[in-house]
Amino acid sequence: MDSANHTVLAELKGVRKRYGKQVALDGLDLRLRSGELLAVLGPNGAGKSTAVAALLGLASVDQGLVSLFGDAPRKLAARCRVGVMLQSAGIPDAFKVGELLEVTRGYYRHPRSVEECVGLAGLQGLLERRYGRLSGGQQRRVQFALAICGNPELLFLDEPTTGLDIEARKGFWVAIRAMVAEGCSVFLTTHYLEEAEALADRVVVLNHGRQIAEGSVESLRSLISNRLIGCITSLEPDTVRHWAHVRDVSCRAGRMEIIADVAEPVVRRLLAEDERLAELEIHRGGLAEAFVELTREAA
Amino acid sequence: MITVARSEIGHLMACYLREARHEFLRLLRTPSFVLPTLLFPALFYVLFGVVLAGSRGGVQVSGYLLASYGVFGIMGASLFGFGVTIAIERERGFLTLKRAQPMPPGAFLFAKLVMAMLFAAIISVLLALLATTLAGVRLAPQQWILLFLINVSGTLPFCALGLWLGSLVSGSAAPAVVNLIYLPMSFLSGLWMPLSVLPDFIARFAPMWPSYHLGQIALGVVGHADSGNVLAHVGFLVAMSALCLFLARGRLDRESDGSGR
Repeated sequence: MDSANHTVLAELKGVRKRYGKQVALDGLDLRLRSGELLAVLGPNGAGKSTAVAALLGLASVDQGLVSLFGDAPRKLAARCRVGVMLQSAGIPDAFKVGELLEVTRGYYRHPRSVEECVGLAGLQGLLERRYGRLSGGQQRRVQFALAICGNPELLFLDEPTTGLDIEARKGFWVAIRAMVAEGCSVFLTTHYLEEAEALADRVVVLNHGRQIAEGSVESLRSLISNRLIGCITSLEPDTVRHWAHVRDVSCRAGRMEIIADVAEPVVRRLLAEDERLAELEIHRGGLAEAFVELTREAA
Repeated sequence: MITVARSEIGHLMACYLREARHEFLRLLRTPSFVLPTLLFPALFYVLFGVVLAGSRGGVQVSGYLLASYGVFGIMGASLFGFGVTIAIERERGFLTLKRAQPMPPGAFLFAKLVMAMLFAAIISVLLALLATTLAGVRLAPQQWILLFLINVSGTLPFCALGLWLGSLVSGSAAPAVVNLIYLPMSFLSGLWMPLSVLPDFIARFAPMWPSYHLGQIALGVVGHADSGNVLAHVGFLVAMSALCLFLARGRLDRESDGSGR
């Protein structure tokens, strides 16, 4: 999908953020355009939730630009167009589901009707129940209802299905697709590859606060079906980048990482051109393993 | 333009009131909050203000304790309803969710303040009923009204103190910390028994405590104040509230930047 002429709804530009000594975001660039479902994939600690917190103005950033609907994220006007489901909601147990919905709907100017929220989130028969007496899956559905009840143009879902069984997760996917069908844009973080595959128009893979891959699900799939060649070499990355079969070259901590569609010809040429080449490694794997490879720090 | 502004104000008012109503209902459903908050002042009053006072001092003591247990009661509602709930909601992430939602600014604190005031009103009425029926306390209508107003508005400085404590300590530590401040402070301020029967040094240091100042204002209404300078007491409470709000604000701002974690 060519989304060049779609408006950018949310954007991070060169954002750095550290918590004490720990770097959470390391110069991250991210854009979410209208109408798309962007899945941000990555292992725990990759910076996904920090990216969400920055975009929502919940955390200040040390460096870089954050914009939500072209404005500072702390502006009430921007937040009125957004629905949010955070990783942990911390909703007090004694609230009734119906009350939570009433209060949250009340913040928005044109909220969805209660019936619609109940239908979309699957809360039938739960409105009079207390939040603390619901199962984990039901609580997640309540949180989803609170996220969509304001008819948002943009929905932030921070690992909405973590800890749910596959049935419950698929139920969520149906609800998320329904939102997208209505024209709602979605910023989804997940560490389930299949969730991104099932839902996303575009996928960004994060690790250590940086983007390590970006593209459509298909391009990501082909990217990770490639071979990863790692080595220590004196060859210039820009030279290697132009070789046949080489897709991408990156250097980290003195190590060169080459992504190639076929490994053998590249390895042969590497060994031929650099006699002192060391620590050669070649990886391949299935989708899930390749994803782990992608997100594991090149050591 | 005028109609737009009016509908804007109406929308905000509705948000604030809904938030407050649900905060009150939620705490009303929380036995660990309701029972101590509403029952302790009433129970203590019956015990010390009615049963024990009947044998010594009589209606004088009942009048004194009506005012002082009122202050004791509303302090509990404010410190626990404000301080402990904020600490828990901060720790569990509810505050973060609220900040991500388009909640009008201040609605969260407004709701808790109204909740504390409603509980203060209930405590005042409860104590007034016990005082008139069981202890035979007789006050002029304006004295009753004044006591009620002092109790309800007296929640403000203790909500501010609660907010600061709640911004400072973890959710699990908050009840203990609040109790450690609340109970000794009440005793040292002469809310449980008059300062005149307590050792001299306690009376000397009593003006350090905010509860002493609110207590003196309330006791003034029933004619038992040690010091009648109401303005000085109000001044102390206003200054303390401002300081607490300032400190709490600093804490909560820093936390939202992540450095407080």
